[in-house]
Amino acid sequence: MIPAAFDYVRAENAEQAISLIGEHGDEAKFLAGGHSLLPLMKLRLAQPTVLIDIGRLTDLSYVRDAGDHIAIGALTRHMDVENSPVLHEHAPLLAHAASHVGDPQVRHRGTIGGSIAHADPASDLPATTLAMGATYVAQGPNGTREIAAADFYEGFLTTALAADEILTEIRVPKMNGAGWSFQKFNRRAQDWAIVGVAAWRSNGDSGVALVNMGSVPILASSVSSALSGGASVADAAEQAAAEADPQPDLNASAEYRVHLAKVLTRRALDAASG
Amino acid sequence: MTTTEAAPGVIGQRLLRREDPALLTGEAKFTNDMHVPGALHLAVLRSPYAHARIVSVDVSAALDLPGVRAAYTGADLADLWAAPMPCAWPVTDDMKNPAHLPLATTKACYVGDGVACVLADSDAVARDALELIDVEYEPLAAVTDLEDALADTTVIHDELGTNSSYTWNLLVEEHDGAVDEAFAAATHTVSERYVQQRLIPMAMEPRAVLAMPQPFGGDITLYSSTQVPHILKVMTAITLGIPEHQVRVVCPSVGGGFGSKLNVYAEELLCMALSRKRGVPVRWNEERGENTMATTHGRGQIQHIELAADEQGKLTAIRVRLLADMGAYLQLVTPGVPLLGAFLYAGVYELPKAYDFSCTSVFTTMTPTDAYRGAGRPEATYAIERAMDALAAEVGVDPLELRRRNFIPTASYPYEAFSGLTYDSGDHDAAATMAAEMIGYDELRARQATQNVDGAAKRLGVGVSTYFEMCGLAPSRVLASLNYGAGGWEAATVRVLPTAKVQVVTGTSPHGQGHETSWAMIAAEKLGISPDDIDVLHSDTAISPLGLDTYGSRSLPVGGVAIAMACDKVIDKAAQIAAHQLEANVDDLEYVGGAFTVKGSPDRSLPLAAIAFEAFTAHNLPDDLEPNLEAQVTYDPPNFSWPFGTHMCVVEVDVETGEIEVLKYVAIDDCGKQINPLIVDGQVHGGVVQGLAQALYEEAVYDTDGNLTTASLAEYLVPAASDVPSITTGHTVTPSPTNQLGVKGVGEAGTIAAAPAVINAVVDALSGLGVRDISMPASPLKVWNAINSARTATDQPGGTP
Repeated sequence: MIPAAFDYVRAENAEQAISLIGEHGDEAKFLAGGHSLLPLMKLRLAQPTVLIDIGRLTDLSYVRDAGDHIAIGALTRHMDVENSPVLHEHAPLLAHAASHVGDPQVRHRGTIGGSIAHADPASDLPATTLAMGATYVAQGPNGTREIAAADFYEGFLTTALAADEILTEIRVPKMNGAGWSFQKFNRRAQDWAIVGVAAWRSNGDSGVALVNMGSVPILASSVSSALSGGASVADAAEQAAAEADPQPDLNASAEYRVHLAKVLTRRALDAASG
Repeated sequence: MTTTEAAPGVIGQRLLRREDPALLTGEAKFTNDMHVPGALHLAVLRSPYAHARIVSVDVSAALDLPGVRAAYTGADLADLWAAPMPCAWPVTDDMKNPAHLPLATTKACYVGDGVACVLADSDAVARDALELIDVEYEPLAAVTDLEDALADTTVIHDELGTNSSYTWNLLVEEHDGAVDEAFAAATHTVSERYVQQRLIPMAMEPRAVLAMPQPFGGDITLYSSTQVPHILKVMTAITLGIPEHQVRVVCPSVGGGFGSKLNVYAEELLCMALSRKRGVPVRWNEERGENTMATTHGRGQIQHIELAADEQGKLTAIRVRLLADMGAYLQLVTPGVPLLGAFLYAGVYELPKAYDFSCTSVFTTMTPTDAYRGAGRPEATYAIERAMDALAAEVGVDPLELRRRNFIPTASYPYEAFSGLTYDSGDHDAAATMAAEMIGYDELRARQATQNVDGAAKRLGVGVSTYFEMCGLAPSRVLASLNYGAGGWEAATVRVLPTAKVQVVTGTSPHGQGHETSWAMIAAEKLGISPDDIDVLHSDTAISPLGLDTYGSRSLPVGGVAIAMACDKVIDKAAQIAAHQLEANVDDLEYVGGAFTVKGSPDRSLPLAAIAFEAFTAHNLPDDLEPNLEAQVTYDPPNFSWPFGTHMCVVEVDVETGEIEVLKYVAIDDCGKQINPLIVDGQVHGGVVQGLAQALYEEAVYDTDGNLTTASLAEYLVPAASDVPSITTGHTVTPSPTNQLGVKGVGEAGTIAAAPAVINAVVDALSGLGVRDISMPASPLKVWNAINSARTATDQPGGTP
């Protein structure tokens, strides 16, 4: 429970954070809420030699109505996402999913940007924002760029962010009254999902994404295609695992995960259609 | 003299625990909170292999790290030990017990076995230095399956030549062949196999040790997060070969133990030996991950149980075969744990003298097992209570009705059981009736009939479990018959100070139980004074030199009773002083509300406060009476105490996902007279959660290479408050006739009763689908698999519809 020795520097703004990561290179890691990184360091599974603390970048903690979408600062804590009136009005799926992250202590420290940049396929918010068709904003030495959530997750804990980039904002489209549901199946309330499903439906459109069904968060496009092709919810849900590549662990066999993905997708779509 | 209870009594009140303000505000000081300038920090390098020969160990690079003061291999320290680490329970004369040193010298026998250690100026440096120690291992095959271990394909301890440690038998027959005859004549028999998975006790506070040598003279004080300071004093003196009177053991606040701190551990011996060797304090603080492998595990048994019954389902014989997992070595009471259950496989039921029990124990390449809340008794209760449900299905009667047919009748108490042990008191029908009423048993059975139909999304299940707990360890002569290495008495001193404040000194050693509150209540009741005027001293062998510590639900029925007896002795002495001062005969005095009064002359009265001061000044005492008011008692109980009860659980199982929801849990526990019902309820709540955790959540999982794959709280699923149901407690009160307080222990009762109640409910919910058993923990995956297997079986031609 004692990490290997490391240096600590604190960034006062995003520009300084980017310059510091440029200076320290591969051996450095950004520290936001620390709820993914610090446990890995305490187990010595991660041994960065420098931590760049971006926890004081308070100007990156916000939830704003930006017209057609809601803009969420990367350093917004899960608890603030969960309780945001703006999100409750325009993107309730995200606020609800945030209420399922870890436990209250985790939600008071962990940040939405940290969770997405860490890209754990078992985390709730990467898959949820993926289902919603979110766009992520990255800032680097040469300015900012937008990355579609669908293009962001490249492999296990690996994203499209460049080494010298920092995730600054998450943009989720307004849901405009779409039906939605977040189904999280786990053994203890505080745990990562064994399988989770985030889904929404609106007229002919839908979005479904899966938690912990592969090395990255999975967009279940086959389900949406089936639905737009007129399939029933039950039939469409049978396609839930078409894009997935589930792995076995102590809590689930791959077969059980596929089964759960189908059942939870059906339940989510039923709830979203209600 | 007559003594009358003051009314209303202190005993029976729900007093808040006096321990809690310090604990809840973080002011309580644990071993690792003690600041000791100049102490060196110990870190232990642990084998990453389950089974490996140690070819070489090179600590030189670690010694070069700034801040490192010393580094040692197991071979470097081999001369420090006067004896191997102790096992106090050689259950048979031919039990095999491998030499177990604090650091391994030639072979590592489980992942976590210590092979080298470092002393450094800080814990951080010490842990960094471990990464610089170079060990060459020759890996050998891991042994993680008990039946494989028994086959001796890979022998772990070369010098023993086998993995079997012992076989212990208990055959009780009215006449030779009675068991076989009963099975041959039985109308109904069941034969069941259950697995008690390994559990990690996971006390909130991991272990911590601080050894402080005195500068001159060789005295040493050991601070340790332990349940057993008195046992540690004896055992460390023997193992280190130092005079026992030079060892003092102190437990600061201790954050739980559940049996895992009922031991003598390598780190305690290393800190003591190295602090003596270096002449400076040496400390060690266990990390959480380290705790999962360096601190003993619990359970770990394969159970075969067979019941024979007559046409009505009345038991006529029981046969039990256990295969028990010792782990890599025998710790303090490892071998005895399965045998503590040997007498309980007939539960609360009448059984003729037709009982055949045998336990074989094997070594494996996993963390040593030892006591864990209930120690042998939850395992026994699980087996009989699951098997009773199987028998009920076989006979075709309701599980509760089958139990009623077999209950030991209330009128038979005290009841001499098949085993020769005498059960002190019981009223099983009353507890079962109360539980059934509180949970709405008949309504639930009616609801099941309508809910559990073909195609039901969720199935309802009701589980029943009854139990006896053999607690209050223990009559010393019974322990002798089991080859246990110590007695089962407890000591108490009650000291009335000159100002009439009272010190109660106990040999019990609390680590969360609330002894300070309860013991003060007992003394307050006896002495007729306020509990606020009573201080309870414990957990320091210099203050409380005599004691056998806290485990096995013994503290109240042994230690608490000793306090009551010491109070009686104090009152007897005080009465002599009062009689002398009041110029009355002792027989004419009565002691009420903290004062002696001459019967019939209420104006001739003397309060305890006045007598205490008289005893202190000794100006005017009866001839031959010693000054001061103090009495000491060492109490050896004549019997175990036998709490009992009925627990019932209601679950709903989602047939599609295998998810189990516990809807309701009712615990009826009879622990005799209750000192503080608030504390009793707390013990039941915690116990039930630990039993429910075994049923649904927890398992120490090893892969085939012998790696513990549940070495953190992310994988080892200790349920949190959000994961457990609200627990409804109720109590019947059947006082124990064997002690003056009428009390029985309650620390393990919830754990003992809960696991079978939960699993019986789950299996009951799914019985209509053809599911007969689900092994613990009943994870959603296992439930889903069980439903699928049962469906596949019924889909086969010839399968049951």
